[in-house]
Amino acid sequence: MSYSEKVLDYYNNPRNAGSLDKTNAWVGTGLVHVPDYIEVIRLQIQVNPATSIITDAKFKTFGSGAAIAVSSLATEWLKWKSLDEAAQIDDMYLVEELDLPPARIHCAALVEEAIKAAINDYRTKNGLEELKFEELETGLEA
Amino acid sequence: MLKLPVYLDNNATTPCDPRVVETMLPYFTEIFGNASSRNHSYGWAAEAATDLAREQVAALIGADPKEIIFTSGATEGDNLALKGVFEMYADKGNHIITTEIEHKAILDTCKHLEKLGAAVTYLKVNREGFPDLKELEAAITPKTILVAIMYANNEIGVINPIREISALAKKHGVLMMSDITQAAGKIPVDVNRDGIDLATFSAHKIYGPKGVGALYVRRKSPRVKVIAQIDGGGHERGMRSGTLNVTGIVGFGKACEICLQEMETEGKRLSILRNKLETALLQLEESYVNGSVTNRLPHVSNISFKYVEGDALMMGFNKNIALSSGSACTSASPEPSYVLKGLGLGDDLAHSSLRFGLGRFTTEEEIDFTIQTVTDTVNKLREISPLWEMFKEGADMTEYY
Repeated sequence: MSYSEKVLDYYNNPRNAGSLDKTNAWVGTGLVHVPDYIEVIRLQIQVNPATSIITDAKFKTFGSGAAIAVSSLATEWLKWKSLDEAAQIDDMYLVEELDLPPARIHCAALVEEAIKAAINDYRTKNGLEELKFEELETGLEA
Repeated sequence: MLKLPVYLDNNATTPCDPRVVETMLPYFTEIFGNASSRNHSYGWAAEAATDLAREQVAALIGADPKEIIFTSGATEGDNLALKGVFEMYADKGNHIITTEIEHKAILDTCKHLEKLGAAVTYLKVNREGFPDLKELEAAITPKTILVAIMYANNEIGVINPIREISALAKKHGVLMMSDITQAAGKIPVDVNRDGIDLATFSAHKIYGPKGVGALYVRRKSPRVKVIAQIDGGGHERGMRSGTLNVTGIVGFGKACEICLQEMETEGKRLSILRNKLETALLQLEESYVNGSVTNRLPHVSNISFKYVEGDALMMGFNKNIALSSGSACTSASPEPSYVLKGLGLGDDLAHSSLRFGLGRFTTEEEIDFTIQTVTDTVNKLREISPLWEMFKEGADMTEYY
């Protein structure tokens, strides 16, 4: 599999790898594992409840180098976004930013799913209604 | 000085031994004749060279030179053996017995023959990589014409009990074919002792050139015949037409000669290095050797590292170490190795496997470097693996594994 320099950079020097305390009410955790794909992606966000701004984001990912790179990029993207902005995540942004090969485009869709799950985890913990998102679409690749 | 990348994919192919190259060189330019040219010295010289090579190739596997058919490689040999036997023995039957973890050259040829009316039994193998001999014998019917089981597996290096398998075939009057590509030149193979009637192998796995191989076809008790799959000119006793690849054949012969002389010492040296590598990597938690560790080629080790993914693992070092993983990662939903799946491994373990294939030119320094690099990469990936964290916290992993 041939990857862009940017994927290699994120793989070799992953930003924001690690964990946040998932029992903390202000931490939202999204864990995504979809049948037929081997990736297991966990994204976590730390939210300032007063401003609804994401102040920290961490990931842990089991999967290809591309899956690791997309997860890491996503955590950078999430930081200092409001929850509303974060909910607008478009996986194609991640695909284009990393120039993912067709066979790895699904990784971005999975990461998008993990972001949405993290947001809803935070909302549920804090007595807010879950946001409704469209069904996961990974079927872009060959 | 360590020269990078370290090459540990010797089950895929090997570099030509410089002694092989040297032997081949005159046959590109000076001794370039067609071995079938009967009327002049160029032809005679070429024929003499292929005669010598035929003896060298035969000697490596305990065959008679007349039993060697030169081919373009093991894939052609597998095709010729299976298709040639199927066609030749059509009157007797149409049933072939093989295993699920044969090389694709066998499996895909069997699939092709099924379309032409063959009935094929694909025996399952156990966790160690061996077929059940009782199942094998039970599968034999009056229509069975061939048992085709590899000598040693290309992904896990496991050596089959070929003598016992061939004894069963012989007991029922069935021909025994074996793809000996991974075994020949690495461990002693003797077609008579091992009871093999047809055998295929290639030069490039034993430090010879690519594009040349041999099919052994037994001439006595029983006398075996295959129908040619390439017609024209009647070369190789009518079983494989086409101008002989004299240069390649000369190199193949030399490669066989060197293997015969050095196999024992080389095997011992490589098994020591392999064991060093394996022992060190098994120090990593949750790492497992795939297939039998007792009946195994001396230079191969296939190890799975749980909770890391194969593609990511390879990415950690593929600039510095060349080897194969059990994960075919070119597609979105990677198909893990069918050989490892055949052993009963889940997708997870099949995906996180690496095949280390040592060879004649592997050094201890390279093995030390490999141990360090692979260990560091596995540790690094586990640090960012949610599965590893869950496992360490004692979570129930059955959803993932």
